[in-house]
Amino acid sequence: MNKNVTLAMGNGGQENNELIKKVFYKAFKNDVLEKAEDAAVIQNGDLAFSTDSFTVSPLFFPGGDIGKLAVCGTCNDLAMMGARPKYLTCSVIIEEGFSIPKLEQIVTSMKTELAKNSAMIVSGDTKVVPHGSIDGIFINTTGIGEIIQAGISSNNISEKDTILISRDIGCHGAAIFAAREGIEISSNLTSDCASLTDQVQALIAAGIEITALRDATRGGVSAVLNEWAQQSHICIEVQEGAIPISPEVHGICELLGFEALDLANEGTFLLAVKQEDVSKALNILHSFTNSLNAAAIADVTHTYNERVVLKSAHGTKRFLDFPTGELLPRIC
Amino acid sequence: MSKLHLEDLYSGFRDSNVIKGFSKLIEKEAKKLSKHINIMEVCGGHTHSVMKYGLPQLLPKNINFIHGPGCPVCIMPKERIDHAYVLALQDNVILVTLGDMIKVPGSKGSLQDARSKGADVRFVYSPLDTLKIAEENPEKKIIFFAIGFETTTPMTASLVDIVLQRNIKNIFFHINHVTVPEVMEQLVDSGEVNHDSCDNRIDAFLGPSHVSVITGSKIYERFPQKYNLPVVVAGFEPVDIMEAILMVIKQINESRCELEIEYKRSVNHHGNIKAQALIEKYFEKALQFKWRGLGDVPSSSYMLRQEYAHIDAEKLYRDILPFEEIEDYKLCICGDILRGMAKPHQCSVFGTTCKPSTPLGSCMVSSEGACAAYYKYGNLLNE
Repeated sequence: MNKNVTLAMGNGGQENNELIKKVFYKAFKNDVLEKAEDAAVIQNGDLAFSTDSFTVSPLFFPGGDIGKLAVCGTCNDLAMMGARPKYLTCSVIIEEGFSIPKLEQIVTSMKTELAKNSAMIVSGDTKVVPHGSIDGIFINTTGIGEIIQAGISSNNISEKDTILISRDIGCHGAAIFAAREGIEISSNLTSDCASLTDQVQALIAAGIEITALRDATRGGVSAVLNEWAQQSHICIEVQEGAIPISPEVHGICELLGFEALDLANEGTFLLAVKQEDVSKALNILHSFTNSLNAAAIADVTHTYNERVVLKSAHGTKRFLDFPTGELLPRIC
Repeated sequence: MSKLHLEDLYSGFRDSNVIKGFSKLIEKEAKKLSKHINIMEVCGGHTHSVMKYGLPQLLPKNINFIHGPGCPVCIMPKERIDHAYVLALQDNVILVTLGDMIKVPGSKGSLQDARSKGADVRFVYSPLDTLKIAEENPEKKIIFFAIGFETTTPMTASLVDIVLQRNIKNIFFHINHVTVPEVMEQLVDSGEVNHDSCDNRIDAFLGPSHVSVITGSKIYERFPQKYNLPVVVAGFEPVDIMEAILMVIKQINESRCELEIEYKRSVNHHGNIKAQALIEKYFEKALQFKWRGLGDVPSSSYMLRQEYAHIDAEKLYRDILPFEEIEDYKLCICGDILRGMAKPHQCSVFGTTCKPSTPLGSCMVSSEGACAAYYKYGNLLNE
């Protein structure tokens, strides 16, 4: 590993995992942490517990802002363990000179999103740092949720499962890239930033046998599928043509040389459900506006252990790996 | 008239039925071949598509791809990356370059490493974005580390043009633009008396299409004429590549040896005359350029003309730039891979000490390099 921290080490992919394993897991090693789930399961399996920090630039983007993101991010991590978010803390680090009306706008977004999750902020902290120390505002949220369905885990996926995706992929990453780089595209490309609690709870209420859930944030769908393949010691065979991708995201990828599968999402999740429950799960997802185009995308096999295979419509196949490095455009 | 969507420009060229159709036609045509043929796709963009779409899996066994040296990031020698690294770490300097270049390691580290040590390194999508950075940082020196083949050279020339026209005082250039035909020629003709000058297995070339949008297809005329090697200038979509392969096989079966254009929707014989004039105005050929993995190739790069020395960072910073030769890693066989003499997995360091995160040789450096493409997509191909 490099002696200095590089931006690639925050990419949600390979370098990021290496940093976490070699520095943090090494120091903090314990059974709960090493399960590497979206949220820790504690108190004899009654509670889910998770934390996340938000540093997005720009702070306001089509489809959301850093406040909405800060609540969705942590609540979604809890939801992915079958939990209902209950209590959150909120730590805010603000740069000197930051606009109070903007801060109010961010806090209002947080309030709206908390209401959607029936959760509340019960403790908080603010720090102000000199101009130039940070980029506007950083927010950390930590949350506790009550586990409604126990046993959801990325370590138990088997050949009896089918893998579904809740909606078209890559919208957040593409929207942020377009906004950050000032790429003016006349389209309605917006971030998918949204709370997922309602969808997950509806699946649980309908009795769907859910093996695993994970929201495809940094590192995108590629990272989640690879993490699952490794954690559950399986091969995941993906039908490339089944993955929903909007024309807008496709366009950004074409222009900049990205893979939609590597782009971040903030309101899109993968599900591993028992094969017999696939159509029922899809019906439930299709009843939510945020998952109208949910689809079954992959089967679980043992063809190549701990690898993800992408199968094309023209009959070829290739491995899909963890994203590596910074997301950089190819040059020609 | 209905509106044209971006998707319309490529979707037909990725149609699975059309790809499968070409696969059948190629299979039929390839049965008539009397020997195995090796087709070099020169450009990294082609390599990327070939691997991403798994095209070797759709071809009969007697058709083989050789992945060429056409990735401008991969072929950048350590010496030049060290220049960028040293320049980036100068006080008051912002080093600007294009995408992928940031992660390629030189002997001191990559530009990413320089950035983690406090250097101000930025990547842009278009060289012209450098103007905005210069405007926002009037007290800083902005050095544009220019890379790429004939495709990106006119954009750098445009930036030079604007800097001179507007008399912008804080933009400088470090030019690393390279050209395609000379290195292709070096691959088929080493020119060494004691060396088998045909020490390669290339039977035909797929010519890079975006290069030819600028230069025209004329730059490849020497290959069918002088070396008896067919060239088909091909687009980057899977249908383009499959069609170009069929065109190559037909040439061989019909005993023709020609320069043909598959990518007719953008390429003609003469190319973009205006862009060529702009290049000619500001740049001249350097005597030679060291290609990572291949060594010195004569007349294969551009440098700023002498009259623009006042904006040439290579000249202005001459005293602090390192000029010692750095040898390529000894166990690396990139040179053989680029001549079609070996496949990436035959290299003893492939996937062990040489990986995309820690590349030793040029072919592992960018996703468009042969080894990186094999590492990322390729294991299934060994079945």
